[in-house]
Amino acid sequence: MTPHILIRSLDRGASAFLIAIAAIAILIPVLHLALPPTSPFHVPTYLISLFGKYACYALLALSIDLIWGFCGILSLGHGAFFALGGYAMGMYLMRQIGTRGVYADPILPDFMVFLNWKELPVYWYGFQYFPYAVLMVVLVPGALAFVFGWFAFRSRVTGVYLSIITQALTFALMLGFFRNNFGFGGNNGLTDFKDILGFNVQAESTRTALFSITCAALMLAFLLCRALITSKFGKVLIAIRDAEARARFLGYRVESYKLFVFTLSACMAGVAGALYVPQVGIINPSEFAPGNSIEAVIWVAVGGRGTLTGAVIGAVLVNYAKTFFTSGFLAPYWLFMLGALFVLVTLLLPRGIVGTMRHWNALRRDRASAAAEDGVREPLPAE
Amino acid sequence: MRFRRACLVALLLAFSYVLGCTVAHTASLDEALAHFTTDDFGETIVGVNEVAASGDPRALIIIRALQDGQLLYSAQKKAVYLKNESGKLTDGATGQSIAGPPPADLESVRLNNRLRGTIDAALGGLTLLAKDPGARYDAAQSVFKSRRTSALPTLENALAKEQDPGVKRAMTEARAALILSGGKASDEDKLAAVDVIRQRGDQDALGLLSSLPPDTAEPVVKSAAAAIGAIKNSLVVWEAVQNAWYGISLGSVLLLAAIGLAITFGVMGVINMAHGEMVMIGAYVTFVVQDVIRARNPALFDYSLAIAIPASFLVAGFIGILIERCIIRFLYGRPLETLLATWGLSLILQQAVRTVFGPNNRDVGNPSWMSGAFDLGGITITYNRLWIICFALAVFIALLALLRYTRFGLEMRAVTQNRPMAASMGIRTSRVDALTFGLGSGIAGMAGVALSQIDNVSPNLGQGYIIDSFMVVVFGGVGNLWGTLVGSFVLGIANKFLEPYAGAVLGKIAILVLIILFIQKRPRGMFALKGRAVEA
Repeated sequence: MTPHILIRSLDRGASAFLIAIAAIAILIPVLHLALPPTSPFHVPTYLISLFGKYACYALLALSIDLIWGFCGILSLGHGAFFALGGYAMGMYLMRQIGTRGVYADPILPDFMVFLNWKELPVYWYGFQYFPYAVLMVVLVPGALAFVFGWFAFRSRVTGVYLSIITQALTFALMLGFFRNNFGFGGNNGLTDFKDILGFNVQAESTRTALFSITCAALMLAFLLCRALITSKFGKVLIAIRDAEARARFLGYRVESYKLFVFTLSACMAGVAGALYVPQVGIINPSEFAPGNSIEAVIWVAVGGRGTLTGAVIGAVLVNYAKTFFTSGFLAPYWLFMLGALFVLVTLLLPRGIVGTMRHWNALRRDRASAAAEDGVREPLPAE
Repeated sequence: MRFRRACLVALLLAFSYVLGCTVAHTASLDEALAHFTTDDFGETIVGVNEVAASGDPRALIIIRALQDGQLLYSAQKKAVYLKNESGKLTDGATGQSIAGPPPADLESVRLNNRLRGTIDAALGGLTLLAKDPGARYDAAQSVFKSRRTSALPTLENALAKEQDPGVKRAMTEARAALILSGGKASDEDKLAAVDVIRQRGDQDALGLLSSLPPDTAEPVVKSAAAAIGAIKNSLVVWEAVQNAWYGISLGSVLLLAAIGLAITFGVMGVINMAHGEMVMIGAYVTFVVQDVIRARNPALFDYSLAIAIPASFLVAGFIGILIERCIIRFLYGRPLETLLATWGLSLILQQAVRTVFGPNNRDVGNPSWMSGAFDLGGITITYNRLWIICFALAVFIALLALLRYTRFGLEMRAVTQNRPMAASMGIRTSRVDALTFGLGSGIAGMAGVALSQIDNVSPNLGQGYIIDSFMVVVFGGVGNLWGTLVGSFVLGIANKFLEPYAGAVLGKIAILVLIILFIQKRPRGMFALKGRAVEA
């Protein structure tokens, strides 16, 4: 049954997209490991980490597209779920440091020794076990999204109000995580990681493996989203997006649908954050900054909301542009460009790149079929 | 007793005057100054005390010079010199510039911490007799805090001459403090002193009463304990008043920042994420206005805000109309996209200001009528906060009147309540939209003028207030302006009352959680629009 749904969910575009990601996931590590550094096709280590970062952002964008593109929920606080997943992974990585920290305390992470804490806070228990940490990566963002969504959707907080409240949520979390006594390293966050599951996080092989795993997670999430939106459930989601009141009057429990998809999306964002942290080597409270979450939304808008592939493409494109422009002499103008991107995309390209391409294709097909019928029908009067 | 001593002092003063005070003074000052030439801390302390006791008009200058390390001595000549800023030497005793080359073995009189304490006390004692009442008041306060019993004679002397009631009270308190901290006074005097201190009733009084010397008599200790209780009670009350005041002050700032947001949201259903940047632009307009005034006509500086307020309204309002005409009007019916576009605008505006004015804080001055503070009971009220509250309320009332009594206000209310109906009644809704957006932005610009007086003027100024303003709008609702008023003051006061218990950050988080819970009950704020307009 399940494979059937999955196969049915894949049209030609989606399959091609999956194959492309799979190819990248295999090709880049091969180019990195098999070719000598002198070869022009060799992929250096820093690029592996960079691509890994893009893949994490793509996963985050996918999670936003799922709720914004298909259910009309604009969350301006998805960075919060991303960062929470990242912190859960960071806590595992912190516990793995053990006696190799600066203060060589077998239990306490360095910042707690520095703050003169005597014992591990309860919420840090269990994070030395990888499976527990992985569970938390999904569970903590999911639980927060569930509680938040339960309150928000039940009282029918929608549209702009919801966006503002999600922004306040991530802002509040940022303020909290900046505090030292919250127990998450305060300003500096968690860093100085040594190894993950016994492998050195700095090693090239680990980085390569993490990149491939991230691509695999991206593919899996893509498949999941496809399966979801092509099912009957997805049709209801789209109905809610386009006419919420009507869907409710037809007897659908709108808030339950929204709550489910919002929680699922938060879990996906959490996974993205968890994969992000070992690859960049740090997680700190600035990941909660409201600006980050809004930036993630614009990735989706650039690629095309409601297209899934567009979210991934948009995330990679915008972040590539960011890497390119912020490193050169154009750095002071990057914010102008980013700001202009927000304005121009919403004004001129509301469908995004992928959406516009699909729209053109559809137009062409219409025109072709109209031309085929020309012989039978009278031509329409010119508009 | 006191009276007799005062008489004695007065008599002595009169006597010395009759004798020809210059001679007498110089003699004693010379003797005192000789103590400075031995390079011994103990001797220097004796010197300071004698100089202070000499009553010579130059005593203050000499001790100040000592404090600043500008007092030099020559061990050979047994003479003391003052060095002024340009490095010129004058004779310590006479103040005349010295003839001929300076002595070879000049060295500054050295200081240590004990000596600095003595100097502070001596200065405090000396300035008790200063001409300026403000200086006398400060001196009395510093005597109160230092509790140096050696200043008691000087203090009593000054108290006898004092005319200004405020200064007199401060001196009485200082005297009571000295008596309580080890003066050789009778128990009745000490009881009276406890009473005086209780009247003062602040933290310093509390500290003084709880650190009485151990040999204090039983009844005095008892009455001090009672006074401590009374002071603590009144301090709690005053603290609450103080928190309320801070809350009102924060609320007025929020009101200024949020009210423009609320009317644009009410009329057009869009949240302007660049609203904070309008506030920031208003603050920079203030900076530019002050800069021009400083360069062209410094005499006008006190009127700079009066010029900046309309200027910032016009500049921010103009930018607002521009934004509405160029961007927002193409996004009607897509409020979420408006959110993104205006966010992008805010990035551009911030970066533009950063490029033009630099990333650092800019210095915006307070006009004289806005600086300073006064005490009201147990709290201190600064003039700038007070004026900002008045300004916020004035803006609120003006806006209320605009909505109620003008044609434009009528059209705005009509469009808020039912856009299609208003349009079919012949209201040009797109013109109303543009003007509303301009009005909202203009008010934000005026908020920037107010904020420039209490906050750092930097490109990030607006961001600090924007989320709080959103919360005000969410909490208060957009049905009418009263929602914004109530919302901002409730949030401001709640914030300030939570802060002492939970800390600033946890207080903010608590407020956010409370708002999320609040909108469970009222999803569209306190003063929500009812009927069809809700779903539009």
